[in-house]
Amino acid sequence: MNAAPAINPIALFVASIFTSNILLANFLGMCSFISISKDIKSSNGLGMAVTVVLTVTSAINWLILEYILIPLDLIYLRYIVFIIAIAAVVQILEMVIDRVSESLYMSLGIFLPLITVNCSILGVALFIEIRSYTFIQSVLYGLGSGLGWWLAIMALSAIRKKTEKSKIPAALQGPGITVITIGFMAMAFLGFSGMVAVQ
Amino acid sequence: MDPIFFIGPVAIGGVSAALAALISITDKIVNNYGDITIDVNGGKKELIVKGGQPMLFGLSEQRIFIPSACGGRGSCGACKVKVTSDVGPIMPTEVPYLTKEEIADNVRLSCQIKLKQDVNIEIPEELFNVQEYQTTIVKINDVTHDIKEVLCKLPDGADVSYLSGQYGQFEVPPYDKVKERTMRAYSMSSAPGDKEHLEFLIRLVPGGIVTSYVHQYLKEGASIRIVGPFGDFHVRDTGAAMICVAGGSGMAPFKSIFQDMIDRGTMGDRDIWYFFGARTTRDMYYLDWLFELDDNNERFHFIPALSEPEEGTEWRGATGLITEVLDDYLKKTIPLDQDKEGYLCGSPGMLDACMAVMSQNDMPSDKIYFDKFA
Repeated sequence: MNAAPAINPIALFVASIFTSNILLANFLGMCSFISISKDIKSSNGLGMAVTVVLTVTSAINWLILEYILIPLDLIYLRYIVFIIAIAAVVQILEMVIDRVSESLYMSLGIFLPLITVNCSILGVALFIEIRSYTFIQSVLYGLGSGLGWWLAIMALSAIRKKTEKSKIPAALQGPGITVITIGFMAMAFLGFSGMVAVQ
Repeated sequence: MDPIFFIGPVAIGGVSAALAALISITDKIVNNYGDITIDVNGGKKELIVKGGQPMLFGLSEQRIFIPSACGGRGSCGACKVKVTSDVGPIMPTEVPYLTKEEIADNVRLSCQIKLKQDVNIEIPEELFNVQEYQTTIVKINDVTHDIKEVLCKLPDGADVSYLSGQYGQFEVPPYDKVKERTMRAYSMSSAPGDKEHLEFLIRLVPGGIVTSYVHQYLKEGASIRIVGPFGDFHVRDTGAAMICVAGGSGMAPFKSIFQDMIDRGTMGDRDIWYFFGARTTRDMYYLDWLFELDDNNERFHFIPALSEPEEGTEWRGATGLITEVLDDYLKKTIPLDQDKEGYLCGSPGMLDACMAVMSQNDMPSDKIYFDKFA
């Protein structure tokens, strides 16, 4: 394994929220981002769920990587193993949410199990591997990416609430205007880039 | 051999197993709702069941059988129960089966409600009487070209009690392309006096899951699970003249009702007009028995009607559509000033038409009882 990059974990944490926002800089996790952002309450719930899953899977996947895949020279299995770990965490989270808050469980609906295939989660796991983060860096990077995703979906959902009543050309209604909005948001977030590096 | 061939699979297997263990431990902790109390009808019954399962299954565990045709998959909408305590919002799976009034009245599908905390429910009292019976088929008779009379022997010591006109759920095993056990409702054609048997008249419905099974696969000696009795179609004890109309396998409840009257010796206590509609003579059955009843009882009148009688066949009954015959009798033959009650059993189309005829002839609609085939 390459040496871990010498980034202060706190700086990495901040960077993963703003300058390298997983959604708006890397464009990962778009499908649920676009479809759930219609509703602020569900966006909030899904953002929270993604944050929890990202943080927990970052830790688990780092441990699996460091203590199983690298020593056994099985790096090529990382995709399968990471996805299995993510699926398991999502399953557990689903059971917990079902027990704790039925209304959140209902509003997330199919998107809760679909967090499994939310690419931002696998993306973060793979970035951790590619960039050889330490454990602390990984967990903070996962948490930061999750908060970044949460922030982005809340922001988009707030904008969509605003544009809901605007007169939008028929051809651009729905996903069309949403994608354009995301483009502007990404440009705004681009302004942060260069302030802190993540690798 | 290169160790790589098994290290990979073992590593993946190991990781998966560890995670699966974690999931099942969480499941044990999170989904352990402990025992749940279901309060039925304001304290009439208190059931202790295991939490976490659908209410329908929890109730049937405690031998309260809510009618259900699909077996809890949320596809028939029959297992409606009024829930008076909070069990969370209505599921998207329930919405298509509930009317606005039912939603306002807290009616829910019991198969879609997961038991998480103590609940209070209200169900019709007759459901307390519902039981399940593992019966043995002892006789299958063809009564017409598409109706079979199926006689089921009840298990020894079964204490069955029902009212003539009620129905039971008849369950058939998976067969052919049907992958699940399927239940359908059929009226008992046997009289409640027969404590050893239940009898059903099952007409072949093209494409019908249960009827096709009964007509093509069911053999004598087979074991069939029946849950019942259900339904509020039964004779009201008023003394008013009974105007009974049936078609096809709608004969079943009336066979039971008349046989029950004979068994109790009450046949002849009130006027009965039994109209039975069919297309041709090959759709007619039990004629001998019914004509004999007619002949031996002054107050029992059997009026079979053929809508498409074959040329040259001898026919003792009426001809024409059952609605026309009924209308004719209500206007001319049955005394106008007599109190009347309508009893109808058959296809929705026939029922609606006959109800319209009865209403036109001044029979109050709240005195018309029916059992509609869905």
